[in-house]
Amino acid sequence: MISLAGRDILHSWSKFVLTGIGLGLLIGVTLTMAGVYRGMVDDAKALLNNSGADLWVVQQDTQGPYAESSSIHDDVYRSLLSLPGVARAANVTYLTMQVRLDNTDVRAMVVGFEPGQPGEPGYLIAGRHITRNHYEAVADVKTGFQLGDTIRIRRHDYRVVGLTKRMVSSGGDPMVFIPLKDAQEAQFLKDNDAILNERARTAANPTLNRPGVPGLLEAIQASQNANRNVNAVLVQVSPGSPPETVANEVRRWKHLQAFTRVQMEEILVAKLIATSAKQIAMFLVILAVVSAAIVAFIIYTMTLGKIREIAVLKLIGTRNRTIAGMILQQALGLGLIGFLVGKISATVWAPFFPKYVLLEPGDAVRGFVVVMLICALASTLAIRAALRVDPATAIGG
Amino acid sequence: MDGFGIRIEGLSKRYGEGDTAVDALKDVNMNVAPGEVVGLIGPSGSGKSTLLKCLGAVIEPTAGKMTLGDEVIYDNGWKIPDLRALRRDRIGFVFQAPYLIPFLDVTDNVALLPMLAGRPNGESRKRALELLEALDVAHRAKAQPSQLSGGEQQRVAIARALANQPPVILADEPTAPLDSERALSVVRILNQMAQQFNTAIIVVTHDEKIIPTFKRIYHIRDGKTFEEKGQALS
Repeated sequence: MISLAGRDILHSWSKFVLTGIGLGLLIGVTLTMAGVYRGMVDDAKALLNNSGADLWVVQQDTQGPYAESSSIHDDVYRSLLSLPGVARAANVTYLTMQVRLDNTDVRAMVVGFEPGQPGEPGYLIAGRHITRNHYEAVADVKTGFQLGDTIRIRRHDYRVVGLTKRMVSSGGDPMVFIPLKDAQEAQFLKDNDAILNERARTAANPTLNRPGVPGLLEAIQASQNANRNVNAVLVQVSPGSPPETVANEVRRWKHLQAFTRVQMEEILVAKLIATSAKQIAMFLVILAVVSAAIVAFIIYTMTLGKIREIAVLKLIGTRNRTIAGMILQQALGLGLIGFLVGKISATVWAPFFPKYVLLEPGDAVRGFVVVMLICALASTLAIRAALRVDPATAIGG
Repeated sequence: MDGFGIRIEGLSKRYGEGDTAVDALKDVNMNVAPGEVVGLIGPSGSGKSTLLKCLGAVIEPTAGKMTLGDEVIYDNGWKIPDLRALRRDRIGFVFQAPYLIPFLDVTDNVALLPMLAGRPNGESRKRALELLEALDVAHRAKAQPSQLSGGEQQRVAIARALANQPPVILADEPTAPLDSERALSVVRILNQMAQQFNTAIIVVTHDEKIIPTFKRIYHIRDGKTFEEKGQALS
């Protein structure tokens, strides 16, 4: 038996292919949306992996440093190092801001870290690590910075000495690594006018500037201008020490919050990007419905255009299941073309997205199954119309 | 001719019930021998199409008897369980417009019926080519229907009707869209095919050009048939 669906597709292949391309672009958008979500999750995981930490110690009653702001003293790490099970501990700061290169701004997460400690970029793809205490930077390639570029962070210029890759914040912003002291200054230090104003205010305050207490005013002013805070301490536990046990010790004795990797992943994926994920899920549902409506409409219209032929086919003895099979195969064929176009489109345009789009093979397989199911479902309307065709309509009268 | 291609006795068809009932066919009697072509003519609304639909097992008559060859197919109820197979294997249809399947080439349009009946593709296509040869359209065997002239399309439609060697062919105004020359040519072909394949052919027509070509004509008026002797096609 010849394939009626195949012959019909071959007969009007241009219409079929053009329709498939249109549907494919829609499917491509759907796959890309799924890829955007996967990219967000992967960014979050990359952030955790790249930090090289087993525990994140942050301000009590906060879920910092990524989901909430957290501020702790920069000498906390010393006391953490004294806890059993702690192998290494290092201060870090995170600040998402605009980093200036010439006349353009790049949104980036500026990370302050101590060279050789957790928080340092794991690998470089060009240049070298930071070796000086000030004014050197390592940047993720997504910033667009080149080796030797001079970038401006707040009041200071930094020379890009190294480039790294896949170092991004949970929001997908590329990271710029600078020495911790510089980062603390960038994050907490006020501008000169504000410092002068603050000094004047303090000097004018009789409580803080007592005539009989020499040195008090200077001490208070020095305290106001100095910065002794960081956002978190990254901790690596000793081999054989369960992170959860060490985290409990931190919580119990240091009056700080400590998160294990699992807990931090939960915060990032389930809380920080939960709203975005729901947003994307809504888009996916809408796109799926729109795709189904389009396939249903196209197949239904194509079927209505063949009502007379279907009546003749039924009159000359074609089984209903042959006619239903023809329509179903056409819908599936349309879905197949659409999926192939969509997959190719998504693969081609994904690298051009500003944020990471991760197209997973598993999502492609699931997408293919869903597209086929949608097409099969959408064809039922047309099949119903075809089966209702009275063979008598082929005969005049 | 001996025997019957198709015989109809006391066939009636009523649409609706009660006060709104309409008797489209009333006690219709017809018989067409194998190899014979008869005309069925009548004004619009006279019941031609209803009769054709009853003969084609597309709608069920209200009463009467229909015999196809030597088998009773209807006797106050269908005697054949599978009407779809009946239409496929034992009744050929030729329509006012050819209604060829546009996405199949000429050969496959004809071969489709034997294929639907379960015959192998090769055998079906061979049969199709034989019929196309007989109808003088074999040279267009690979063409698409849209590439054929109106007369060629109608000849392919006739070939399709003959594909499963049915004992009867129902032709619904097959010459309506054709000019005189082509219309007469189609009737000539129908006569040839009827003789060659021993098929009974009923041609429903309004076409004044071809009415004189029938040996026998059935007039239908107000759901009743009247037989009239015609003149043979020269």
